[in-house]
Amino acid sequence: MDHSLFRYVWSHTKKDQGWILMVVLLSMPTYFLFFDLPKQIVNGPIQGGGFETEGATASFLRIAFDVPSWISPAGRVEIFSGFELDRFGYLVAMSMVFLLLVCINGLFKFYINTFKGRLGERTLRRLRFDLVDRIMRFPASHVRRMRAPEAATMVKDEIEPLGAFIGDAFIQPVFVGGQAITVMVFIMVQSVWLGLIALVIVLFQAVIIPRLRHELLRLNKRRQLLARELAGRVGEVVDTVADIHVNDASNFERADISSRLARIFLIRYELYQRKFFIKFLNNFLAQITPFLFYLIGGYFAIRGEMDIGQLIAVIAAYKDLPAPIRELILWDQRRLDVQIKYSQVMDQFSPEEMLERDKQAVHTDAVAPLTGDIAVSNLGIVDDTGGELVSRLTFKLPLTQASAALGKANSGAESVCEVLAGLVTPTSGQCRIGDANLSDLPEYVTGRRIGYVGAEIYLRQASVRDNLLYSLRHAPLRPRDYDEKEARERERFVRDARSAGNSELDVRASWEDLEAAGVGDEHELGARIYEIFNLVDLADEMFVLGLRGRIDPDQHPGLVARLVEARKKLRQALEHPDLAQLVEPFDAGAYNDQATVAENLLFGTAIGDALSEAGLASNAYLQTVLAQAGLDARLFEMGRGIATTVVEIFADLSPDHPLFEQLSFMEADEIPVYDTVLKRNASTDFAAAGAEDRAMLQKLAFGYVEPQYRLSLLDAEMKTALLAARKAFRDGLPEDLGGAIAFYDAERYNAAATVQDNILLGRIAYGMANGAQRVNEEIGRIVDELDLRAAIFDVGLDFDVGIGGRRLTVVQRQKLGLARALVKRPDYVIVNRIFASLDEGQQAAILRRVLDFVKTMHDGRAAGVFWALAAPRLADLFDHAQVYEGGRLVEQGRPDALAKKSGAYSRLLEAG
Amino acid sequence: MSLEDEVEVLRSIPLFANLAPAKLKLLGFTSERVVFSRGQELCRQGEVGDAAYVIIEGSADIVVDTPGGELSVAQVERNSIVGEIAILCDVPRTATVRALSELQTLKITKDRFLSLTTEFPEVAVEVMRVLAQRLAATTAELTDVRKQLQERDG
Repeated sequence: MDHSLFRYVWSHTKKDQGWILMVVLLSMPTYFLFFDLPKQIVNGPIQGGGFETEGATASFLRIAFDVPSWISPAGRVEIFSGFELDRFGYLVAMSMVFLLLVCINGLFKFYINTFKGRLGERTLRRLRFDLVDRIMRFPASHVRRMRAPEAATMVKDEIEPLGAFIGDAFIQPVFVGGQAITVMVFIMVQSVWLGLIALVIVLFQAVIIPRLRHELLRLNKRRQLLARELAGRVGEVVDTVADIHVNDASNFERADISSRLARIFLIRYELYQRKFFIKFLNNFLAQITPFLFYLIGGYFAIRGEMDIGQLIAVIAAYKDLPAPIRELILWDQRRLDVQIKYSQVMDQFSPEEMLERDKQAVHTDAVAPLTGDIAVSNLGIVDDTGGELVSRLTFKLPLTQASAALGKANSGAESVCEVLAGLVTPTSGQCRIGDANLSDLPEYVTGRRIGYVGAEIYLRQASVRDNLLYSLRHAPLRPRDYDEKEARERERFVRDARSAGNSELDVRASWEDLEAAGVGDEHELGARIYEIFNLVDLADEMFVLGLRGRIDPDQHPGLVARLVEARKKLRQALEHPDLAQLVEPFDAGAYNDQATVAENLLFGTAIGDALSEAGLASNAYLQTVLAQAGLDARLFEMGRGIATTVVEIFADLSPDHPLFEQLSFMEADEIPVYDTVLKRNASTDFAAAGAEDRAMLQKLAFGYVEPQYRLSLLDAEMKTALLAARKAFRDGLPEDLGGAIAFYDAERYNAAATVQDNILLGRIAYGMANGAQRVNEEIGRIVDELDLRAAIFDVGLDFDVGIGGRRLTVVQRQKLGLARALVKRPDYVIVNRIFASLDEGQQAAILRRVLDFVKTMHDGRAAGVFWALAAPRLADLFDHAQVYEGGRLVEQGRPDALAKKSGAYSRLLEAG
Repeated sequence: MSLEDEVEVLRSIPLFANLAPAKLKLLGFTSERVVFSRGQELCRQGEVGDAAYVIIEGSADIVVDTPGGELSVAQVERNSIVGEIAILCDVPRTATVRALSELQTLKITKDRFLSLTTEFPEVAVEVMRVLAQRLAATTAELTDVRKQLQERDG
């Protein structure tokens, strides 16, 4: 990429710039005519020039040229003699021409501005794409030094002004410069003197203003750097918020942010001062010219050396001169500004030794398996600080062997993993696979034939499934079927992408390389995912996530029908006397003792905020329903009862006491608040209480569950009243709340509730020993009976992993990473120190399964493994073991043979 | 069975008998009601326990493992507490408790009970007093037994 913005823009937009230049030039004559016309109208029909005699006419639209006498003896050629019009007719005709010119000028402007806008956006699109493209080709060391939010700010915000400028880069000076010259020429033609005056002042502006602006640009540059750093710091605050809490560092961060903001503020303030001073100067100079025009032009007019029409035209024309001049100055300022922004961004985006483009070429064909041995010779790696990570390593490993790499932390095993995965380029020596040097292999070979997973895994914010299949998405393999409209959109996308130098690949196509995964279709892929998740011990966790997940009935009509079936089966099973007390199902005609008062009233799952727990007490419709049933006052009294007991019981307790954890519907700091509410309303009833107090006390009643709190506040009569209110609430539900609740219905799937709640359609009873566990076992049994486990597992795959995968535990992320490395069936799987937090037994179980799987992964052919173990004792599961110490390979061989020697291997095992 | 009733039951247990009503209410309110069905075990001999159970309704069998199999040593009913040693110190359960009928209990966990004693030292003093009485009684019994043994041997 070019370091000069102008060259970058010119090299990509030559043709468009040329075209728009032509259009601009084309618009100039009408622009000139547009200025000349007022004078003709004033001097001609209005003041009567050429109409001195009665009944005089003038010819309109006459086209005639003066020509040399050898062409025509008359010295004039008349092409069209024009229409003869009287004074008024001539005025109308000329005014019409004026109107026409207004339209033509406006249309020219419209076309030019739209074209410029598109040109700018297109170039911006290209530039952004280029920048992101570059990030993916940066050497690893450069990326490590980059702060993610800073890079994001550069791509997103800092180059944004370029978009507006690029369209103007070449056109603006031509267009407004042309306008200015037109005006100047026009003024010159009218009066050389006045023209010279205008010219001198314009030149003065052109010299003085850029000088003043120098400092402005310097400040702008600093401001940009500071703002970028601020973005980086804000990103850091977000990323390290846990560290801020555990170190009580929040005030230090506040001070830091405050000082940065102060610097930015001061710079901005100075910028404003300077900017407005320049503006003032500009305006002043612009007003000086008309002053001179009035004085000098008036003098000429009075002396009769200039007609008044001319003077009016000059002044009218001059009115249009400051605008182009100002725009020219503005353009120049923006030019410098964006040039600085551009070159600053380019500095960050032009590291040495970027990855060649060929290495990331789109490769749609299958890639042949790797063959031969892995041969590492004389390998050395030096880190940023000059420390040796490994040195003089030489070894050979068959590609189909399962090798374990052992050693203490930072002994070198980790670095070898990174080299084998192509993440780190060796400082010296080389690593060959078969005949090829690993660092010469393109990514479409290494990225498909080698699998890698390290301890630190950053997942994309997407579903588990998307994160897993990420390793199969190398190229759009099967185009998507589009209908006519979509196909047109797609065509347009390709056209636009091409003209902006973007990728034309269709992100909506099917990218999954099913062949690489060893499956024939999407269905088999599902089965393969289940198999691999079982290998890495993640299938059960996905099943649990699936139970907690929600599904869209429209997309899975078959599944929801079977879940309703599971619900019925569970209900049957719960009729067994041993289980009967465990769950109280939701029954439209009965009060559910295990559910809250609110749940009993709504008898459905709230969608959105309108009927959520927090919003319930202030929901107008519910209040009307309650009022009609006389329940509003009773719930208020019930809330009073709860609050009285709780305040009495907890009043003496310090607010941080652990017993407060038992209190689910009130926070410790709410106790004094409720105390006040109670005192305030000691002698008032519902009718006299304030709206806020009403809501606060009712809120307590809404959350009340009798078996949980045992305050004897719900009698049979109250329950009957609540049941009646439930019916009234549902029957009279206004339309605008229709989407705010999904009612329980034994025959229908509730899209707003989780899968588990749908199967249960009831509440697990309070206080039954091992109740939840026994119910879950029963659900598990029924799920298996109906063969639903895989389908619910599938729902779990839709779980959103959160930013960076933070909604999963570290071990879950590592398991997912391992699954991702396995699903693409590479020839060589490299695993770098994962599962350190699992105990040895769990690690061994996963290892055994994975090693077995890998042995027959390619339809009988084995793939190799290189596993830097977190637990050295597990090495005996492998064919081969390497022991690293201080960056050197100190021992290698069969694990059982090594165990017999009293070498480094034995020492490691003893150390545990 | 409401909180008020639970407080009554708690009051009838010597360990808690002299606690102020408000404290008993707090203990009752923050404790979980657990229902065991016939045959379910509240705790098992040898396991580490973390809770005591106040029996509110129903009856339970206390059994100990002997070389000759299980031996029922006692039955407990309403207004008694089982496993209370577990909420004071870490010792394995000395017996297995099994519900003989549907059994309503109030589960008092060690954490909750200890946090109550740290907040209100008078609770601790009260418990100490009860334990000291028990110790005195046990010591007296021991002296008695020793005397009997000596008499028999002598």
